[in-house]
Amino acid sequence: MRRYRIRKDESCINCLRCTRECSFGAITAGDDKTPVFHHEKCTDCQRCVSFCSTGALWITEDENRFRQNTVFKEDDIKEILLQSETGGVLLSSMGASGRNVPIYFDKMLLNASQVTNPSIDPLREPMETAVFIGQRPEKIQRGSDGKIEDNLPPHLELRTPIMFSAMSYGAISLNVHKALAAAAEKLGTYWNTGEGGLHESLYPFKKNTIVQVASGRFGVHETYLNTAAAIEIKIGQGAKPGIGGHLTGRKIIGDVSKTRMVPEGLDAISPAPHHDIYSIEDLAQLVMSIKEATHYQKPVIVKVAAVHNIAPIASGIARSGADIISIDGYRGGTGAAPKRIRDNVGIPIELAIASVDQRLREERIRDRVSIIASGGIRNSSDAVKAIALGADAVSIGTAALCALGCHICASCHTGRCAWGLATQDPELTKRLDPEKGAERLINLVNAWTREIKEIMGGMGINSIEALRGNRMALRGVDLNEKELEILGIRYAGE
Amino acid sequence: MKKEGEIRISSGCAISGIFCRDGKRITGEAIKKSIAVMHNRSNGLGGGFAAYGIYPQYKDYFALHIFYDSQNAREETERFLDKRFDIINLSKIPVRQTPKISDAPLIWRYFITPLPHILQDSQLDEDEYTSRSAIRINDSITGAYVVSCGKDMGVFKAVGYPEDVADFYRIEEYEGYSWTAHGRYPTNTPGWWAGSHPFSLLDLTVVHNGEISSYDANRRAVEMYGYSCNLLTDTEVITYILDYLTRKQGLTLKECSQVIAAPFWSTISIKDEEERNRLSYMRKMFSSFLITGPFSILVGFRGGMMALNDRLKLRSLVAAEKGNTVYFSSEEAAIRVVEENPDRIWAPRGGEAVIVTLDEEAER
Repeated sequence: MRRYRIRKDESCINCLRCTRECSFGAITAGDDKTPVFHHEKCTDCQRCVSFCSTGALWITEDENRFRQNTVFKEDDIKEILLQSETGGVLLSSMGASGRNVPIYFDKMLLNASQVTNPSIDPLREPMETAVFIGQRPEKIQRGSDGKIEDNLPPHLELRTPIMFSAMSYGAISLNVHKALAAAAEKLGTYWNTGEGGLHESLYPFKKNTIVQVASGRFGVHETYLNTAAAIEIKIGQGAKPGIGGHLTGRKIIGDVSKTRMVPEGLDAISPAPHHDIYSIEDLAQLVMSIKEATHYQKPVIVKVAAVHNIAPIASGIARSGADIISIDGYRGGTGAAPKRIRDNVGIPIELAIASVDQRLREERIRDRVSIIASGGIRNSSDAVKAIALGADAVSIGTAALCALGCHICASCHTGRCAWGLATQDPELTKRLDPEKGAERLINLVNAWTREIKEIMGGMGINSIEALRGNRMALRGVDLNEKELEILGIRYAGE
Repeated sequence: MKKEGEIRISSGCAISGIFCRDGKRITGEAIKKSIAVMHNRSNGLGGGFAAYGIYPQYKDYFALHIFYDSQNAREETERFLDKRFDIINLSKIPVRQTPKISDAPLIWRYFITPLPHILQDSQLDEDEYTSRSAIRINDSITGAYVVSCGKDMGVFKAVGYPEDVADFYRIEEYEGYSWTAHGRYPTNTPGWWAGSHPFSLLDLTVVHNGEISSYDANRRAVEMYGYSCNLLTDTEVITYILDYLTRKQGLTLKECSQVIAAPFWSTISIKDEEERNRLSYMRKMFSSFLITGPFSILVGFRGGMMALNDRLKLRSLVAAEKGNTVYFSSEEAAIRVVEENPDRIWAPRGGEAVIVTLDEEAER
C-alpha cells in the first residue's frame, strides 16, 4: 500500500547509487539505466536521499488521500484492508504512535536562578554528572575503631546519567553492539546486551556491559552472567508490555544462532511471562539465584514496562532484593511488536517515574533502590526532566540508533534495515563501521552531558544528585490538576 | 497572599554567632550589637536568636518555647502536653513592649519532662519522644507553633529587625555560653513569626543565609524519615537533615558537613586511599542530602557550634578568635564591632566546617 512517493529533479545524473542503497526494493535500475521508483515499497528511511550524489532525490507523503471521515482515518482504513487481505496481526516497530497521548516532557518547563541565588557557570566551576546506582543499606556501620565501614552492596558508577537501552544481538547487528560497547567504555557508562546473549568478541567490554536475562533465556550461561557489570532481568518493555518476543528464523543465522544458543533458522520465541516467575515471590527467587551465580558481586536490575499499577509493582521489586528498577515507558522502542499493543498498552514514562518515585518515598524505601527511566527520551532536557521527576539515570535506545543513522522508518521487523542496524544481512550490516558508530555515540552523549551541565548550572545546581527528585525545578503548562498532582509539580506561574 | 508554608519563599540574610569555649556565660548584649551592624542585610521581616546555657536551674528539663495564635490553641496544646509530660514550670516569656514589634502571638515557655510510664510504653528515647511531640503539635494543633524544644537552650524570634527583636525579648537579661543570631531579607512574604529564624529541633538550632538549589530533592528525601517540612524553608530542611544524620545515623557533625557540603569528586580523587574511600562512601550513601546552591549556616548544639559554607562558598562567612571566644558572622564588621582586635580572623573555605566545642566536651 502506497504511503510515500519518491521524487527526483533534473539534477539526477543516473548514477544509480540510490538503487544500490535501497534495501526495500523501492528503487531499481530500469533497462535504460535510469532509476525506477516502486513507491509502494518505500519506507521513507531516507537512505537514498542521504546518499544521492547530486541531492536530486526527496520523499514526500503520497498526495492521494482517502475520503475524509471524522471517525475512520486513512490509516484505519488501510489497516483494515491489509488485515482483511492477510488475516494477520499488524506488526510494527520503534516506539508508540498513540495520536492523542501527550508527551509530558513537552509540557514541563525548567527553572533557572535569578538574583536570589547565583547560577553557576559550568565552564568555570566543577559540574558533577557522575551517578552511583544500586542498593543502599539503611544504616552506616562503624568498626571497633569507630571508623565507618564500607557496607555498600555492589553498584554501578556512571560518569553521566545516560545509559544505552537493551537491544539484542539478532534484532540489531553485531556492528551495532560493537559500537555501543566501545562507546559505553569510552563514556564511562553502560550498554545492555538485550536478550540475545553476548558475542564472544565483546567479552573485553565486560566492565561496561549489562547482560540481560529475559523469558527466553537466550544465550544465558554462567560465563555470560559473570562477563558483566550488572545483570538485568527483563520482565517487560514499554513497546509491548505483557507480550513476549519473536525473532524470525531468518535472523537466526551464523553467530546469532551460536550466541543465542538457538538452532539456525529456528524462530526464537520469548514467552510472554518468565515461566519461573508467576508472582513477586518468584521474582525474589530469581534475583537471589542470579546473585548466587555471580557471588553477590553484581547488582541486579529488574526491567519492567510502565503499566497502570507500576507504583506497587516497583515497590514489590524494591523489596525483592533487586538493586535497580528500570522502567520503560509507553513510548519505548522495539524491533518488532504488534501495532495494537505498541500503541495502546502501558503509560507514559513521565507519569510512571513520578508515581513510582513518590510511592517509594511514601514507603520510605526510595533510597534503597535506584531507578532508570527509558522510553522516548529524545534529548538532554528530557533526561533532566526525568531525573527531576525522580529517576537516577535514563537510558536511550532509539536516540542511540538515530546517532547511527536510523531515521525511524519503523521497519525494523522486516529485517531489511537500509542503515544496516536492525538486520543480519551481511551486505547491509557492513554499512555501519563500528568505530565510526562509536564515535557518533560518544559525540551524542557528550553533547547531551554538556547540555545537562548548562541546564543544571542555570538552576544553580552543581551536582546531579541535587537534581534527582527536585520537582520544584519543574513547572507544568497545558496540564490539568490531576496531571499536576501525579507529576507532583506546580503550574507555571505558581 | 500566601504565607510561608504555603509557598516557598527565598530570602537573603545576615547571621552572627558568638561561642565561649570556656563555658563563660555572657548576656545577649554582644550578639545584639553584632547583628545590628548588618541591619542592611535584613528588611525587617524576621529576626531571631538562639542561646545555650540560659536555663541552668532547669537544665535537665526540655524547655519549650511556643507561639500561640489564640487561647484555644494554648489550651489544646497544654492538654496535649499534660497527657505526655510532667510540666515542671510554665510561664509567659517576658517581653518589652516596643512600637517596632507588632502582632505578637502569645509566647509561652514550659519546662517539661516525659511522663516515665508513657515514655517507656512508647519504646522511644526521651529525645525522640519529645521531638515527635513537638512535630505533632506543629502539624496538628492549629495556631500552635513550637519554636524550640531543647534542654538548657531557647530560641527567641519575631517579625522585625533583629536588634528590635532583641529588645522585645529582653535578651540582655539572659546569659549563655553560645549565641547565634539571624536577620532576614525574605523576597516576598507578609512576615510570619514562626517563619523567622533560628529554626530548631531539640537542642539543634540553625541560622542560615542563602537559597539552596537542591531544596526539593533534600526535602523529599528527609520527609521519608518521618519529618514534615511545613515551612518550605531551607533552614527547616537543613535542620531536619542534620537531626537525621546525627541522631538517627550517628554521624559526627564533621561527617555531616562532608555529606551536605560534600567535596567534589575531583577533590576526593586526590586524597589518600582510606580518605578517598571514606568520602566516596559518604557521598554515595547519603547522596540525597547533598546541598547545592549558596548557603552559610551556623549550627548551635549542646556544648558547641558549627559554621559551614556551601562547597563553592557562594555566601560570605567570616570567623575569628579572641582568647576563649570564637566569633562567626556574615561580615567582618559585625565581629570587629564586638571584638576590635581578634587574635585571628579568617574566612573558612567552602565546604570546610569550623566546629567549636566547650573545652570539657568531646567532639560530637
